[in-house]
Amino acid sequence: MLELIDIHKSYQGQPLLRGVSGTVSAGETVCLLGPSGSGKSTLLRIIAGLETPERGQVCWDGEDLAGVPVHRRGFGLMFQDYALFPHLSVAENVAFGLKMQNLAGAEINLRVANILEMVNLTGFGGRRVTDLSGGEQQRVALARAMAPNPRLLMFDEPLGALDRNLREQLMEELRRILRESEVPAIYVTHDQEEAFTLAGRVLLLHEGVIVRNGTPEQVWSDPGSVWAAQFLDAGNVVAGIVISTNPPFKIETPVGVFDLDCGVVPVPARDGVVPVLAPDGVGTAPRGGGHAHSPGAKVDLLISRRGVLLGGEGQVSGVVVDVIFRQEGFKVTLENGLNFYLPNAPRLGEKINLIIPASGIKCLS
Amino acid sequence: MSIYHEDEQAIKTTKLGGFLSSWFKPVLPWLGASVFLGLFFFYPLARILWLGLNPAALNTIDLASLLLAIRSLLFTFYQAALSTILTLVIGLPAAILFARYNFRGKSFLRVLTAIPFMLPTVVVAAGFNALLGPRGWINLGLMDLYHLQSAPISIVGTLGIILLAHVFYNTTIVIRLVGNAISHLDPRLEQAASTLGADPPRVLNRVTLPLLRPSILAATVLVFIFDFTSFGVILLLGGPGFSTLEVEIYKQAMQIFNLPLAGLLSLIQLLCTLAFSILYSRIVIRTAATSAPRAAATNLRSARTGRQKLFLSGMVVLLLGLFLLPLVSLPLASVTRLAADRGERGPVQYGITTDYYSELFINRSDSIFFVPPFEAVGNSLGYAGLTVVLSLVLGFPVASALAHPSHLGRFLDPLLMLPLGASAVTLGLGFIITFNRPPLAFVTSPLLVPLAHTLIALPFVIRSLQPALASIPDRLRQAAASLGASSYRVWFAVDWPIVARATLSAAVFAFTISLGEFGASSLVVRPEYPTLPIAIARFLSQPGGMNYGQAMAMATVLMVVCGIGILLIERLRLPGAGEF
Amino acid sequence: MKQILLVVFLLTAIFFSACSPQSTITLTIMTHDSFAASQSVITAFEQANNVKLIFLKSGDAGAALNKAILSKDAPLADVFYGVDNTFLSRALDAGIYEPYASPLLANIPVEFKLDPHNQALPVDYGDICINYDKAFFASHNLPIPASLEDLLKPEYKTLLVVENPATSSPGLGFLLATIKHFGPDGYLAYWRSLRANGLVVVDGWETAYYTNFSGSSGHGLQPLVVSYSSSPAAEVIYASSPLTTSPTASILGPDTCFRQVEFVGILKGTRHLNLAQKFVDFMLNRQFQQDIPLQMFVYPVNLDASLPQEFIQYAQTARQPATLDPAVIAANRDKWIADWTATVLH
Repeated sequence: MLELIDIHKSYQGQPLLRGVSGTVSAGETVCLLGPSGSGKSTLLRIIAGLETPERGQVCWDGEDLAGVPVHRRGFGLMFQDYALFPHLSVAENVAFGLKMQNLAGAEINLRVANILEMVNLTGFGGRRVTDLSGGEQQRVALARAMAPNPRLLMFDEPLGALDRNLREQLMEELRRILRESEVPAIYVTHDQEEAFTLAGRVLLLHEGVIVRNGTPEQVWSDPGSVWAAQFLDAGNVVAGIVISTNPPFKIETPVGVFDLDCGVVPVPARDGVVPVLAPDGVGTAPRGGGHAHSPGAKVDLLISRRGVLLGGEGQVSGVVVDVIFRQEGFKVTLENGLNFYLPNAPRLGEKINLIIPASGIKCLS
Repeated sequence: MSIYHEDEQAIKTTKLGGFLSSWFKPVLPWLGASVFLGLFFFYPLARILWLGLNPAALNTIDLASLLLAIRSLLFTFYQAALSTILTLVIGLPAAILFARYNFRGKSFLRVLTAIPFMLPTVVVAAGFNALLGPRGWINLGLMDLYHLQSAPISIVGTLGIILLAHVFYNTTIVIRLVGNAISHLDPRLEQAASTLGADPPRVLNRVTLPLLRPSILAATVLVFIFDFTSFGVILLLGGPGFSTLEVEIYKQAMQIFNLPLAGLLSLIQLLCTLAFSILYSRIVIRTAATSAPRAAATNLRSARTGRQKLFLSGMVVLLLGLFLLPLVSLPLASVTRLAADRGERGPVQYGITTDYYSELFINRSDSIFFVPPFEAVGNSLGYAGLTVVLSLVLGFPVASALAHPSHLGRFLDPLLMLPLGASAVTLGLGFIITFNRPPLAFVTSPLLVPLAHTLIALPFVIRSLQPALASIPDRLRQAAASLGASSYRVWFAVDWPIVARATLSAAVFAFTISLGEFGASSLVVRPEYPTLPIAIARFLSQPGGMNYGQAMAMATVLMVVCGIGILLIERLRLPGAGEF
Repeated sequence: MKQILLVVFLLTAIFFSACSPQSTITLTIMTHDSFAASQSVITAFEQANNVKLIFLKSGDAGAALNKAILSKDAPLADVFYGVDNTFLSRALDAGIYEPYASPLLANIPVEFKLDPHNQALPVDYGDICINYDKAFFASHNLPIPASLEDLLKPEYKTLLVVENPATSSPGLGFLLATIKHFGPDGYLAYWRSLRANGLVVVDGWETAYYTNFSGSSGHGLQPLVVSYSSSPAAEVIYASSPLTTSPTASILGPDTCFRQVEFVGILKGTRHLNLAQKFVDFMLNRQFQQDIPLQMFVYPVNLDASLPQEFIQYAQTARQPATLDPAVIAANRDKWIADWTATVLH
């Protein structure tokens, strides 16, 4: 099991990682998701041992790896543009790690053949890597990283340069290979589609700290912060003010008043006491990890784009200013800036009313 | 109507242009260099060789001559191979040091390693003598320390000092060619190897060295050819016990006037050079690997681990010992006056003086050939500047053409190296019989000096530029072209930023070669416009402490000029360079 | 590409324009690297004859001569100066000279006139002698060797450095002195003994004098070096601090010095025969001859020329110099050098 404890790293005087902690368990694929420059690649390089953290520890099964050099860590790393050895053939690239383990020639050949088959490159062994297409190079890099049976596999944006179809195909292959091999993996990407496809768990990295940690579904449906919601493009983000603290809370926003269920058990307010978190269940107790808001507080809401209904007296109404066809439905943008997916296309300029289900509204505090 | 007409015209021109370009375009980059080499190298060389090696003259070559030729050839090979190996042993770690590490005094050390390359052998011999000679510092120190009666180290006149001097002269070739390649190496390839379980020695052996192979080979071949054609070092430091082909050519052509034998030896030397060059081109073409070019600065780091620090300090000490100690004796000798009473040996009396420098400005004997130091510096810089321009202008198109393998390139490439293997003596005689009558009557032209220097510098310039040009992936160019850049602008936008550093390296090569060249210069220079090395040699051709001191002062001037020149060229902020 | 071609074109244009002929008449003198003369003397000739003198230094004496021979069909110069008596026959056999019986030959002793056809006219002479480091012999209480035979004595073991006759003119001169003294059949035995007595051989005069010789700035190990009889004078004139006596002197025993005579001649094919003759006269006249010692450290052949004070005081010529007929030298030099090389170096 890989464990990161409070990793700090700065680059040219600017803090890049500011206390990153987390674990990767056996057989688990964790995606590190974040925008460019968030320090994802640096974190990978620190885990690999290519860079040293200024503070914090990288541990494997409880052992601190600080004194262990890169080549003894047994962590496979797949580089962003593969870093294939241009002077070696495909098979020689794949065999490189095996040779470093001083395996016998016959065994190396067998394992190279097997692994090339696994990545659908049977018969490519003798080719020069410089003659391969992007997708083929990517598979060689994957085969090379996996061949020495690393105890941890790391991927640094490996699909970035590929076209959409190829990317989807390779993502699924990678998913299969990772599942079959049961090697724990860390996958760094800025693309949530890749992250959600591959990851058992997603870590959202923002300004050097992990701001969200959960399954793809948890992270998507409840990003937990305005930044995360916007980065994931998880829905409409609107700022509002709490006007009623009786659950469900009522939040007033420029685009309408919404009910918000933060999972708080209704307890009547006494003598103007503000409902607060009460872990011992006394007072305003949260239910299932819920929380409370005080009246007049500012709250950011995430309004889902999906599952909305056209209705007579909806919470949201507005004039349609744009309609785009998407696989999920028509993306309809209203004059107030909100947009939703609707099964049928309204006319431009038409005023529509929408009903948003309670589950479609989350608070981002 | 007119529109149609123009269209037709356009089509016609394109067709004609296409036809022309189909055969002319591949030849075009070679045109300048070919005409130049043909006129100033192959033609005079062929004429002088024919004079010595026509069937009638060949009859005069007897068995003894053949034995002499074979003996010289064997010794030449032997000492060149040993020298080259030693140069690589010192040069490769030094190249890593300069390409990978940041440390205090790096520029100084870098310039220091380049200076020997342009020092004339007379001066270097004086430096080595002051350091390692029977009364050199090291021997005097050891004698003093251990109360010895005689000098414990006697290296002058041995194979040892020949090898040492060759390392001293040629390490800079390895540092420049290989160091340039290292700084463009993608560091992630080595990192990938470590993540695959390769320990540092294996990373070096399996990834770094194979990737550097073309540049290491280029450096090896150039160093080998330089050692193979060594002349001054053998004559002045090795002494009469050793004779390379080049030394034997000089003896046969200039002293004994046995042109057939001199011609035969020249031909052997040329054919060997050609063989090395062909071998080199074949290996390089077979192993050439293109990897994405990297900006040089990203690979620099300071030493952090204990091992890195040990490597760094060890190399710095080694290089200082090898380069600074012999060099420092020259400026030292240029300000030391031997006490007037050179009586008793033992404690020799010294004094400090600036006389040698002030005397440089005074034409005390009213000689017509007196040249004030500034003028000699000016001459040398003028020749060097012309050499840089000329060799870059001729070398760039060739290096670009070589960057894309072609049949023509494979054929012509080895021929470009030949000027390095031609004996200056033979070529000098070739110039005399070729350029002494119209329309080629320019044997007395002062411009013959930069031309001769360009002949020697051109192979270095091409070898420096070619790997960098070859490392530019075509897709970068296509990307630039697709963004609407003309071919001219593509070159400036794409090629130039990548090759700018290599261009600087090439320019430094041409500059130092020109500043230090002696053999060819002494045969073609006009006495009124001598170079610095020629001026130094003039002082050393007459007895007297003042002459010796002035030679050392002039050598110091040469070192300073060269050092400043290298620093300026390296610091030159080329537009677009380093921002890649 | 066009720009590059343009640059090439411009460079070529500059190149060719630089070698276009000047408007005034020029007289070209081909010579070796050691040639020197005073500015005032040369200017005087140029003004008197309305001519521009161009000197082509073409390497050492051997190299310069070979260049002159190779280019004799289209000579590079009008006058060639610098052939010495060891190379004289090669020059005469090649037929590069136009004979000229200068009236000034009258003032030159007959011993220097080695070419009866006056193709090559003597200009200067010098003695190749063994120089010694005075201080060394004084401090070691050693007598100065007086003859070639003395050098074989054990007290002079490892004290002599000589130049390789295959690559050095003084080296060849000293070899010829031993051949004169011991005869063509005896000199090799002498050299074998010299070798057994720790003889040091280097390739060039610069190395011998500045690296090996203990009396020079290089503080070498050998107090005896083959140089010129004028070198002690040069040591005073070019001292790094003023000297009243020379730190070195020459051994002037019988046959210890070889007399070297240098010649000038008019090259066949000159287009300025008259001027060339005037220049040869000029080289033999008193003004130029008196300029010779301090410029080239050799002696003038013209009896009218007086020597500078430094030469009278610090330099001596050999009383009994060794000489050999140039034709004999020419016929045997390659063999002698080869035999010497086999005996001394291998």
